[in-house]
Amino acid sequence: MIGQVIFIIILAAAIYLFSKNVGKIRRNILLGRDTDRSDNPAERWKTMAKIALGQTKMTKRPLAAVMHFFIYVGFIIINIEVLEILIDGVFGSHRIFSAPLGGLYNLLIGGFEFLAVLVLVACFTFLIRRNIGHLKRFSGVEMTSWPRSDANYILIIEILLMTAFLTMNAADHKLQLLNFGHYIKAGSFPVSQLIGPLLPDSASALEMIERCCWWFHIIGILAFLNYLPYSKHFHILLAFPNTYYSNLNPKGKFTNMQSVTNEVKAMLDPSFVPENTGEISRFGAKDVTDLTWKNLMEAYTCTECGRCTSVCPSNQTGKLLSPRKIMMDTRDRITEVGNNLDKNGKDYKDDKSLLDNYISREELWACTTCNACTEACPVNINPLEIITEMRRYIVMEESQAPASLNNMFGNVENNGAPWKYSQADRFNWKDL
Amino acid sequence: MTNMEEAKVLTMAEMVAQGKEPEILFWVGCAGSFDERAQRITRDICKILSHVGISFAVLGTEEACTGDPAKRAGNEFLFQMQAMMNIQVLNGYNIKKIVTGCPHCFNTIKNEYPGLGGNYEVIHHTQLIQQLIDEGKLKAEGGESFKGKRITYHDPCYLGRGNDVYEAPRKALEVLDADLVEMKRCRSNGLCCGAGGAQMFKEPEKGNKDINIERMSDVLESKATVVAAACPFCMTMLRDGVKLSEKEKEIEVLDIAEITARANGL
Repeated sequence: MIGQVIFIIILAAAIYLFSKNVGKIRRNILLGRDTDRSDNPAERWKTMAKIALGQTKMTKRPLAAVMHFFIYVGFIIINIEVLEILIDGVFGSHRIFSAPLGGLYNLLIGGFEFLAVLVLVACFTFLIRRNIGHLKRFSGVEMTSWPRSDANYILIIEILLMTAFLTMNAADHKLQLLNFGHYIKAGSFPVSQLIGPLLPDSASALEMIERCCWWFHIIGILAFLNYLPYSKHFHILLAFPNTYYSNLNPKGKFTNMQSVTNEVKAMLDPSFVPENTGEISRFGAKDVTDLTWKNLMEAYTCTECGRCTSVCPSNQTGKLLSPRKIMMDTRDRITEVGNNLDKNGKDYKDDKSLLDNYISREELWACTTCNACTEACPVNINPLEIITEMRRYIVMEESQAPASLNNMFGNVENNGAPWKYSQADRFNWKDL
Repeated sequence: MTNMEEAKVLTMAEMVAQGKEPEILFWVGCAGSFDERAQRITRDICKILSHVGISFAVLGTEEACTGDPAKRAGNEFLFQMQAMMNIQVLNGYNIKKIVTGCPHCFNTIKNEYPGLGGNYEVIHHTQLIQQLIDEGKLKAEGGESFKGKRITYHDPCYLGRGNDVYEAPRKALEVLDADLVEMKRCRSNGLCCGAGGAQMFKEPEKGNKDINIERMSDVLESKATVVAAACPFCMTMLRDGVKLSEKEKEIEVLDIAEITARANGL
């Protein structure tokens, strides 16, 4: 009885805390400008099913794809077991699914055990790759101590959870064989029965182990749930909405700025009266709040895998630009802006901005807009849009483009070509 | 037809004066108009069009930069100015179909002009060549033989990833009966030449090498003697890469249009 009460309190607290933090992230995302991604729902569901659920973009790197798939499937399917644990916890029952599911239950528990082993294999592989393998993708200026630790914490927590799950089953199995207490004969234990011999034979010690692992497993999961909003691991949730709201246009298509269209139309035709498009604070993006909510959602979705940076031509040739850093900086800055709001009220403005305080101009001007980063992202994140928005700010609000680009602008404006050739000579090639 | 005399290129203004309407407008682009190397590609595209008997016209001095480099560099004002002026000209001539000689012009007119009132069917010249091959109007005969030559194709970002055009240029090469090889990084994994995003018009940022040199490692590894390009900016970057690697004698960089024209003796 007391166990049930404690369980319900912990569960309620975990859910409350998690919803509160998710609410904060949602609020932060909605600090971004509006952008309409409500069109074409059929295509959007399809994209989400293919890319988030089906993980089709992971396949470009087969080893990572297979290992990630183990953890992904393990995570989703073992959740059925978590559901049982939750019900057992609330009602003080034990293996409540076993009676209604009958033979299927044995199959499920056996299946979970194999999945748990696969998850363990994947997590150990990933830990080795990250910490001993020295993959270039996992280093880089933005991979400071927190992102590296974050990645390791996630893997270690998953290893601990799976170990607890298997140990719990092993103890349960032994207790079942002893016909002890409420440990009904339920489940099949193809993996954990191998651990059995390592455990003590006394029923009370086994019960102790089983209970400890049970509590550790479920409290661990709830704690992990609450770790998500602080971690890159949040991608397990946001990958779904983020791919649903994917850019469905060809990657080469950049947005046309409506605010600029109005001004240009007014310039070309003085009688033109622009429609009211709502308030436009500035052209392009200086800070995160100038970006769209989709850009900000992407920042929270990024799991820092570095596929974008590893294919970036600028990054590969030693330039400062790293698309992953663009996303991580955006996330750090919007989190900072959100925290400032919580601490100092909604009118508070610090004297920092995404541009210069987080992302340098040198990074932005190194981009070739080649779309390798957006192509590489397994969850359709678009660092290029943020880079473009920031270039727009630098060029149109500050007039601070590099001198050579200003020359190019001048040529386009005056000669209709990016070079210093006369428009009148444009057709000279016909005589050659 | 072996020279431009026989394939006189008309402007839209001349066409209209003659009371004619072309099937397709050839959008030449700035590089194709002014860059000496790209001008050769421009003339080859004209030769191909004439060869298959498609009536076409160019805008001549009425054409102006699409605004692509301005837009990628963040100058949306300048882009939209260019776009609206070009759209005015194109709509004024009632243009329906456009073939471009440059993936950047292709992308901009196809994707970004519709939102500003410019709606056209836009294809890149490699797509036109593929269509002509599919229709049997264009073969690879009567000219230089590429048989057995080791050819690799460099995907321009704004054709490949930008617009998912990966097959058309390859189809255009397949008819050559050449030894086609892919580079390590190709198709959606293709490495940029380094020119996009207005990089063509500025010095690269500080790094340990230039992007076209990085790309040369893929070219060299492929052991190709011909690098097929489909973008005048890639052409410049790849040729510079070949020059800097001192491989000018071994490796030729040719646009798909040039290869097609050569193979057909145009």
